Amino acid sequence: MEPVLLRARGKANSRALDTYLAAGGYDGLKKALTMNPDAVTQEVIASELRGRGGAGFPTGRKWTFVPKDHPGPRYLICNADESEPGTFKDRELIEHDPQMLIEGIAIASFAIKANTAYIYIRGEFVRWARILEEAIAEARERKLIGRNACGSSYDIDIWVHRGAGAYICGEETALIESLEGKRGFPRLKPPFPAVVGVFGKPTVVNNVETLACVPHIITRGAHWFASIGRPRNTGPKLYCVSGHVTRPGVYELPIGVTFREIIEQHCGGMRKGSALKAFFPGGSSAPIMTAAEIDVRADFDACAEAGTMLGSGGVIVLDKSVDIVEAAANLAHFYAHESCGQCTPCREGSDWAMDILDRMAAGHGRPGDPDTLLRICRFASQGMTICPLGDAFALPISSMVKKFRDEFDRRVASASPLPQKKLPVLPWAGPRPGFGE
Amino acid sequence: MPTRPLLAASPASVQSVAFDPALEARIVEVLTRYPTRRAALLPVLWLCQERYGWISPGVMEAVAAHLEESPAFVEGVVTFYTMYYTRPPAKFVLQVCETLSCAICGGKELAHHIESTLGIRPGEKTDDGVFQLIGVQCLGACGTAPVVQINDDYYENLTPDKLDALLDELKGGA
Repeated sequence: MEPVLLRARGKANSRALDTYLAAGGYDGLKKALTMNPDAVTQEVIASELRGRGGAGFPTGRKWTFVPKDHPGPRYLICNADESEPGTFKDRELIEHDPQMLIEGIAIASFAIKANTAYIYIRGEFVRWARILEEAIAEARERKLIGRNACGSSYDIDIWVHRGAGAYICGEETALIESLEGKRGFPRLKPPFPAVVGVFGKPTVVNNVETLACVPHIITRGAHWFASIGRPRNTGPKLYCVSGHVTRPGVYELPIGVTFREIIEQHCGGMRKGSALKAFFPGGSSAPIMTAAEIDVRADFDACAEAGTMLGSGGVIVLDKSVDIVEAAANLAHFYAHESCGQCTPCREGSDWAMDILDRMAAGHGRPGDPDTLLRICRFASQGMTICPLGDAFALPISSMVKKFRDEFDRRVASASPLPQKKLPVLPWAGPRPGFGE
Repeated sequence: MPTRPLLAASPASVQSVAFDPALEARIVEVLTRYPTRRAALLPVLWLCQERYGWISPGVMEAVAAHLEESPAFVEGVVTFYTMYYTRPPAKFVLQVCETLSCAICGGKELAHHIESTLGIRPGEKTDDGVFQLIGVQCLGACGTAPVVQINDDYYENLTPDKLDALLDELKGGA
């Protein structure tokens, strides 16, 4: 496939506004500004574009949830938090083609009639936040955005807002709280952000890759976009492959290729002398897949049918050298660290799962451990928590226990008991001076 | 361009610090971007960390007064996020990614290498205050693992040898 989103990668001076304009940049925004905002939304609905951040919700439909008659301001937020382990696609887009994202943001803002948009970028991405700020300043100087964007009567301001290191802020309601200057505690839904979002106003939150698709849909048409992939799973998709493959990296492919094609053809297969054991299809929060499931198609519906999810498209490939118990312990550390602490099943569950997996990895597993892990995961998922972080740790860990049960059982069989520690509850320094004398 | 060392941290103070006019002006500019004062909290804290090296209790007081929030609210936000330093950091903070893709591609070895060559454990600083090691969660650069973030910069596809050369270079410029 001819690259669409990554067409600028590897070209000289790819970030410059002139390079982008020479490639037909901002034609989409200019065209959209002559259309009715609802017609723009209809075009995106017709393209069947689905959110690339992880949930795969139809983007155009999300835009229609914004109340039509709302009098006050509305906001568009571009989610550039990119914190799902195994995902590094948004960084690539910003690095090579920041203007494409800015054009996409402007078009989406016009479609929902928002005059202010924020790009919430993760705190660690200092360099990419700077790239975006420079690109926004350049576009504003040429009057492509800002007051009377592209000579129309429409105003659009875009601001970059840096996070400060919290995985949870990739979840849209936590992101909104964080943007409001608070801790990143997810909100209960409903009300959905499209009705009550940032600053209490209707808000649409879209991922970087989703918004980068929008200019292409407007210039080339929904029909062209929908012709890539298969029905309900359309368009180009960025797959980020990491782990034990020969050529890890970001690959732009028509959505719905098989994982075999991604791993064997595009990434050059497994690194020398190793064989595939398992892979995460869409970031570490997606249930793990075994080597036998490599022929599944990498799209939203096929992954769901296979009992996993495409998520963000971050494929983490593990070879035979990886111990699944240790890998599970590693992920448990991540989720225990990143749980925001609002909901007990997630806060305590991720902590307990981490403790148990650490103990197993250290060679002190107990017979009931695998089942205890499954029980913890069951209590933390399927609507027991405000946001999906509960599922995000429960799904991969429970799938690892289920699909690689023999490794967990082997750990238990070969374990030695943990030396019993005396609990430090007895008075250790005698009575306090002046107390009870 | 090599990574710039962090500022020498300003002394700890529980007394509210006074912002200089340059910082005031930047805060005023940031406030124009949002409809509420509170929303400027994260960007203002970034500006303060840039200016003072860390977020001391005195800085929290001053930020709270500026944004018309309570110091307790500001402290709650500061401590929720991992990237605000609530203690003075070293000149170069080595943030080694610990999450899966890095861990299976040499990240663990890299962390052990730093521990043994610099003689510090995660969280600790070297005696001369030049380096500090911390383990961090996924940095979003999994395809170029293992990755270490030093202050604001990403260093990717690292090996112990490359890292040694890098640390020597940074130490020379410190």
